[in-house]
Amino acid sequence: MSDASTRLALRAVLAAVFVFLYVPIAVLVALSFNEGGLPTAWSGFSVKWYVSLASNSAILLAAGNTLIVALASTAIATVLGTLLALGIEMRRSRSRGLEALVFAPMIIPDIVLAIALLSFFAALDVTMGLHTIVAAHVVFNLAFVSAVVRARLKSFDWSMVEASADLGASGLTTFRRVTLPAILPSVVAGALIAFTLSVDEFIIAFFTAGAGRSSITLPMQIYSMLRFGITPEINALATLVIAVSVVALTISQRLNRGTIGQ
Amino acid sequence: MSTPLAHPRLLMAPALVWLAVFLVVPCLLVLANAFFLRGVYGGIEYVLTLENFERAFDPLYAGIFLTSARVAGLATLIALLIGYPAAYAIAMAPARRQPVILFLAVLPFWSNYLIRTYAWIVLLNREGLVTQGLRWAGYTGEPPSLLYTEGAVIVGLVYNYLPFVILAVYSALSRLSPDYREASRDLGASGFTTFRRITLPLTMPGVAAGAVFVFVLSIGNFVTPALLGGGRFQMVGNLIYDQFLTANDWPFGAALSLVLITVMMALLIAQAFATERASGTRTREAAA
Repeated sequence: MSDASTRLALRAVLAAVFVFLYVPIAVLVALSFNEGGLPTAWSGFSVKWYVSLASNSAILLAAGNTLIVALASTAIATVLGTLLALGIEMRRSRSRGLEALVFAPMIIPDIVLAIALLSFFAALDVTMGLHTIVAAHVVFNLAFVSAVVRARLKSFDWSMVEASADLGASGLTTFRRVTLPAILPSVVAGALIAFTLSVDEFIIAFFTAGAGRSSITLPMQIYSMLRFGITPEINALATLVIAVSVVALTISQRLNRGTIGQ
Repeated sequence: MSTPLAHPRLLMAPALVWLAVFLVVPCLLVLANAFFLRGVYGGIEYVLTLENFERAFDPLYAGIFLTSARVAGLATLIALLIGYPAAYAIAMAPARRQPVILFLAVLPFWSNYLIRTYAWIVLLNREGLVTQGLRWAGYTGEPPSLLYTEGAVIVGLVYNYLPFVILAVYSALSRLSPDYREASRDLGASGFTTFRRITLPLTMPGVAAGAVFVFVLSIGNFVTPALLGGGRFQMVGNLIYDQFLTANDWPFGAALSLVLITVMMALLIAQAFATERASGTRTREAAA
């Protein structure tokens, strides 16, 4: 096979992969504007499913809960994850155990973390609700924030910190005036990733939300809609959720070129 | 460097305490629970036993483990067969455009997992878009049963985890110096031979990393089998879910989780080991 035809074949594969990746999402977005609401026939453009979404109290409650959980867990995880990244990168020695502990939340299966936390909260007789979901989400969020910040710190010139200290700046001033400005884009990028992960997380929230509908999150609401009766509203909801993730990720990518990809 | 900001341990402490309380202790608790008996009315009876593990290897449950491994294995294989050429195509694109193409290939992965899976319900439904496409192409028979099959679960897994393979293979390819390929071509090897003898072996760590991630995420999956496999199709994740939320047999659920984690850890360690060895070989070659 000649080089030209190889290149053509590779391009065709790539094009097919993009069709595979994007057509299912495009179909949902298109359906959300379908007046009839059925996937079988196009009956005209309409935003009525978005309007009915706005008056669905169960979905609004779930969306509010999701926002609370995502904001709280992102805030805590961003602070803890950034400090963790700074601490690890300042150390001169590497510890395998530490690396494994910090890496673990990113690879442990959701279902395992979910049942572990459920067992833990049940054993301590903790009443579960939004606060327990936040505690659980911080676990994986702080791992992602620290990974993003650490990637940035790899190219950080620590002699600037020493220079600042030599010039008489206190530790806090050095952090505020030297270190933080240098790593800020990666901190914001990490926070946006954490926010996205938290907004989308289903299984762990499902296990740590406790009984009752008051602490249901948006993914839990979506899951129950998918299991027990799909209504056309779900396409509108899906479109909005996808839009939020895409915007957050695009900003994050711009701030921190390449980190998401690696 | 004395202590310019603060002591590293002090900076790490809050996060490590959080991980200790909400990750390590809960996992140890699951580990312990797996060795206790189930109470008569659910709950846990603190009598040491190996019964849960014996049950986990009972043919009924071992069968579910095997089904999970088969589904995860097929999903991994298909994802590699699609993902490798796609990553190769991205690595061959003009350098300036590569980051954008890569970002677009990974973007769907960051949208909601449930929604990405739901999209396949719409496509594979009895009167879904695939059936309509077939009708449009002249098919007149009964609508094919696509949804609620093992095939649907595999498609869903491939769809959700394909970006992992693309990323892992792409990062291996982008680290590969074009000199190797050029040298091989200069020595008279055909394009295919160069790929088979040079590119593929040198990107194996990327392939292994992508494969292990897809397999590990697939075998413990619970949402995709529940939504695309229908109520009767069970994988390990669903079995664990049932022990905690329906059967109320937490010790058995804990034992199943431990078996699952052990399989995954073994794969991850093997992969890390293989990668380390491969990079070690390459450094030695470079030094020679």
